[in-house]
Amino acid sequence: MFRRREELVCQQIVELVTNYLEGALPGPERRGFEAHISGCEHCTEYLEQMRMTILLSGRLRTSDLTPAMRQEFSALYSSWRAEGR
Amino acid sequence: MTLLSHIPVPSIHLNLIATLAAVTWQLARNRAEDEDAALVKRLREGDEEAFLALVGRYQASMLRLARSFVPSAAVAEEVVQDTWIGVLRGIDGFAGRSSFKTWLLRILVNRAKTTGVREDRSIAIGDAGPAVDSARFDASGAWMAPPQHWIEDSHDRLLAESMADEIRDALEELPGRQREVVLLRDVDGLTSEEVCDVLDISEGNQRVLLHRGRSRLRQVLESELGGA
Repeated sequence: MFRRREELVCQQIVELVTNYLEGALPGPERRGFEAHISGCEHCTEYLEQMRMTILLSGRLRTSDLTPAMRQEFSALYSSWRAEGR
Repeated sequence: MTLLSHIPVPSIHLNLIATLAAVTWQLARNRAEDEDAALVKRLREGDEEAFLALVGRYQASMLRLARSFVPSAAVAEEVVQDTWIGVLRGIDGFAGRSSFKTWLLRILVNRAKTTGVREDRSIAIGDAGPAVDSARFDASGAWMAPPQHWIEDSHDRLLAESMADEIRDALEELPGRQREVVLLRDVDGLTSEEVCDVLDISEGNQRVLLHRGRSRLRQVLESELGGA
């Protein structure tokens, strides 16, 4: 594969992925990024893996209060009320 | 499933999934803010149920974030309790200029910082190494050891409950500041502005930390699932 010197290489692409996803790349760099991605299957895969990583982090769910914690915070609320807010 | 796993997923589908996820995320976020505002109003009127509802909504996020700052789970619990007392005392002064969530997490971070600091928070922001080991590129900077496939081949594994544990563990292993940014952005769904506000860092540093953290999580997933 022939590359002109000013073209982005794979090793640069992996460092720009987050800025790209954050919309923080200036126009020319964003176009260079997209031009590279469209011609490079490995970097395309890398970008997809980063997107999947973000989606998977977002699947971690918060748990509901256990009855014990509910009781604990109910007590905390009562003692605060008793202070006379 | 075996047959299907050999058909590559066209990237347009993944883009569509990402767009849908972004739209869904924004809707969920708006709804959550409206619900918070309603609960805050009830809390001001002295409604204990509203207080418990807010605690329930944020307890897990707060414990995770506090735990990132302080040396033990027990101390993290104290910080969270302390934060809620601060919320009760300060709720009448909460002007609603930021979202309740941002206000709450700022109180938490301030308390956590004054309580105790884990060793791994001292790593400098720029000191975390490249996103991908440089040995995986040739002298021209092109991939020599390209990313191993793990998305197409392992959808069922990705969605399995055990995967959540892998990610939790990997998050826990991140250096403190990276962990905090990834938790707030990708797990709790804050915007970059909110994260900067809560952690008191610049946009630039936020992006560097997010990049390092996400890159490392991707590497862990590749190591766990790659070559499947």
